[in-house]
Amino acid sequence: MADVALRNAHKTYAGNVEAIKGISLAVGDGQLCVLVGPSGCGKSTLLRMVAGLETVTSGEIEIGGRIVNEIEPADRDIAMVFQNYALYPHMSVYNNMAYGLRNRGVAKPEIDSRVREAAQILEIGSLLDRKPKQLSGGQRQRVAMGRAIVRQPKVFLFDEPLSNLDAKLRIAMRVEIRRLQRRLKTTSLYVTHDQLEAMTLADVLVVMNGGLVEQVGNPLEIYRKPATTFVASFIGAPPMNLIPLQGDDANLAGAGGQAGILGVRPEDLALSDQPAPAGGVALELTVEAIERVGAETYVYGIRSRPAGARTASSGPGEPPPGEILVRIPGQGGPSVGERVRAVAVQDKLHLFSACGRKRLDS
Amino acid sequence: MQKQSVFHSRLLPYLLVAPQLAVVLIFFYWPAVQAVIQSFLLQDAFGLSTAFVWLDNYRDVLNQPDYFDAVVRTFVFSFLIALSSLSLALLLAVMADKPLRGSAVYRTLLIWPYAISPPVVGVLWVFMLNPSLGIIAHGLRAIGVDWNPLLDGNQAAALIILAAAWKQISYNFLFFLAGLQAIPSSVIEAAAIDGARPARRFWTIIVPLLSPTIFFLVVVNIVYAFFDTFGIIDTMTRGGPANATETLVYKVYEDGLLGGNLGGSAAQSVILMGIVIVLTAIQFRFVERKVNY
Amino acid sequence: MIERQKFGNLIPHVVLCIGVLIVAFPVYLAFVATTQDTATIANGQMSLLPGDHFLETFYRTLFIGSSGTTREPVFVMLFNSFVMAMLIAVGKIAISIISAYAVVYFRFRFRMTIFWLIFITLMLPVEVRIYPTYKIAADLHLLDSYAGLTLPLIASATATLLFRQFFMTVPDELLEASRIDGAGPFRFFKDTLLPLSRTNMAALFVILFILGWNQYLWPLLITTRDDMQTIQIGIRKMIVTSDALTEWPVVMATAVLAMLPPVFIVVVMQKLFVRGLVETEK
Repeated sequence: MADVALRNAHKTYAGNVEAIKGISLAVGDGQLCVLVGPSGCGKSTLLRMVAGLETVTSGEIEIGGRIVNEIEPADRDIAMVFQNYALYPHMSVYNNMAYGLRNRGVAKPEIDSRVREAAQILEIGSLLDRKPKQLSGGQRQRVAMGRAIVRQPKVFLFDEPLSNLDAKLRIAMRVEIRRLQRRLKTTSLYVTHDQLEAMTLADVLVVMNGGLVEQVGNPLEIYRKPATTFVASFIGAPPMNLIPLQGDDANLAGAGGQAGILGVRPEDLALSDQPAPAGGVALELTVEAIERVGAETYVYGIRSRPAGARTASSGPGEPPPGEILVRIPGQGGPSVGERVRAVAVQDKLHLFSACGRKRLDS
Repeated sequence: MQKQSVFHSRLLPYLLVAPQLAVVLIFFYWPAVQAVIQSFLLQDAFGLSTAFVWLDNYRDVLNQPDYFDAVVRTFVFSFLIALSSLSLALLLAVMADKPLRGSAVYRTLLIWPYAISPPVVGVLWVFMLNPSLGIIAHGLRAIGVDWNPLLDGNQAAALIILAAAWKQISYNFLFFLAGLQAIPSSVIEAAAIDGARPARRFWTIIVPLLSPTIFFLVVVNIVYAFFDTFGIIDTMTRGGPANATETLVYKVYEDGLLGGNLGGSAAQSVILMGIVIVLTAIQFRFVERKVNY
Repeated sequence: MIERQKFGNLIPHVVLCIGVLIVAFPVYLAFVATTQDTATIANGQMSLLPGDHFLETFYRTLFIGSSGTTREPVFVMLFNSFVMAMLIAVGKIAISIISAYAVVYFRFRFRMTIFWLIFITLMLPVEVRIYPTYKIAADLHLLDSYAGLTLPLIASATATLLFRQFFMTVPDELLEASRIDGAGPFRFFKDTLLPLSRTNMAALFVILFILGWNQYLWPLLITTRDDMQTIQIGIRKMIVTSDALTEWPVVMATAVLAMLPPVFIVVVMQKLFVRGLVETEK
């Protein structure tokens, strides 16, 4: 059991490519910390730095109170689950799980009991004599987890462990990983590009972009109060509507003509014929497209304005008003071409600086 | 192309490459360098004095009518061996590529001669075509051919070419068959739907798609004819009669056996190395570029 | 089948049968010769059907030798050929796989220089450097020894390239998983890389054994003692220029014995053989 801390960690590859531009992070003992971000944001690099598979250019990485920058991966007391599982193709499931223990000189009976216990937890007891080739994707995934569990390490590292599974299996394994982690109470770092996976798994969510941390926090906290427009659009699906406050829209959010970006989630908009509630917004939309998925309906609309206002707003060089997505429950809703009004209350509005790097309301 | 993650060790990698490096340096580079140096030197008959003579050895070698003849002969041999062996092998491969009953058996029966060594091939063919006791020689005489490769240079050459081409059939067959099987059947079906009859399909679809294999095999066959025919020649004709079957490699060997002109011998070796390097370079260039893709 | 053939598959069958006949006839003839007596053959009266001297001929060949030459029994030659082929095949695989391992899995100074030094030897077949190599072998007192017979043939750029190529296809994560599992360079090589290379090694072994067994020019120069001769050399020395003295049944029995091991390997291990051939020639 251990906590993990990163202090101003940098990674620069040969040729001055800066993959990690200074990240500090603390993961408490027993927590499951998820690193999420688009591909190329540096999340895997960061994980591999913790594993010792990538060197640290500068800064410190600490596992269980010990600085591990110069320590071999084998001696960091970590275990890792790889995206492609990296099972040894020529070894049986049993030997795949036992290999790391044997290399460490663990006694045979001890190895045997640990492997069997892990196999039982993961329900792969009947597969121990098989080779990885003879297993399904989900079974391989379990073996990869088993290989990590038997080691009883201080820290689990997961590198997109579910991305090679089909959608249904992915959800099942996600639930299982969560349950397993709760049960073992092993500090874990988990990398994914899937925000849904990130939201459901994380005790601590770290949103990364371009080699930097955008926001750290409790997943729901991040959902409720995204710190930047990047986080706002990355966390939550479908993404938040972002409306630049300029021209006609300058007073939209009652921000008093201040430049910035207004954000409102599709699920926080409602169709209504009432005027905007106090402090809230009302958006006039022409419906462009409708998607009905059963439980809910997505309404894609383009901002439309009273005829008089149009000349004032659409000056030369001004971008066309963006598409707004409204998510409403049920299967009803308008039809294409109809004009509707979408409203949101003040609570549900997010206000960002014009560059998107800063949240203005609290 | 490089591995992203590697081991870090100062000494170990050098220990690992040491055995191969040692063999390569001692038995490849040292002799090669010596051959090059030797080819610029002239030694007197008793090996007492040596003089640096620039390119004299090369000029002497290239001015020998014998040598020139051997060059021409080697190229003619190569051409004929490659042509006959490749065409027969392609014919057999096209036939074996059809969905036939017993095609696996045919394949096995056609590839095993690859394993027969050149000298044994030579012995087998000498035995069939020996003028006094060979079965085929008797047959040839019966139909009125004055068969005597021990005296007739052209017949001796034909003998060598036949035997050498025979040995190479299996190799060429194997690669042609692999090449043919790699052509997607949908392409051939599309051509059939486009109205191309079998013969036309062969020339307009199969041969162009097979061209990388054909090119690869042409180079391999030339290299084979240059070097691996040594064993065949040595057991069948020993270069005779009257040098009629002496190739470049055989000449290097024979001149070396006689001893004497070390510089000339070395110059011949260096020229051969040059030829191999050119052939290999051609092969790499074109195989990389995949002739028709 | 795209078109219906008029005569079914008659034409391919006929062509292939003729091909098989062309390929097999010389060998069949050799076999028949071993079953007949020397005089009949020398007179040119050989029958195309097997005779009854089979056992006698092979006994004489294996244990006594051809009277036309030094009378070295062929089993000695078979033994020499076997030792040479094994040493070449095993030696090549051993030194190639470790140097490929170094080149792929380590970073060190002169890595690429060394790789190219090995690679370029592809272009220097033994035939073109035959006498200088001979001189070096003589200087190192390697004449008439197994070391002299095999060492100059052992450095193989092909095998090194093949292993390098294969190692490059092994996923990086296997190395990373091994490192996390506490395996160093030796353990990773022994526990993971070697087992994964098994098929490649077997395929390579098949090809290298055949090539080693069939070596001719180099053994011809390096061996002078009769008891160091390989079978390929022995067979040539049995052919006496004046036909009358050549014991053809024995020569042919030797030829059959010389081709038996490699042909056996090709037929029995056809899959490995084809794979090895295609991969080494790429």
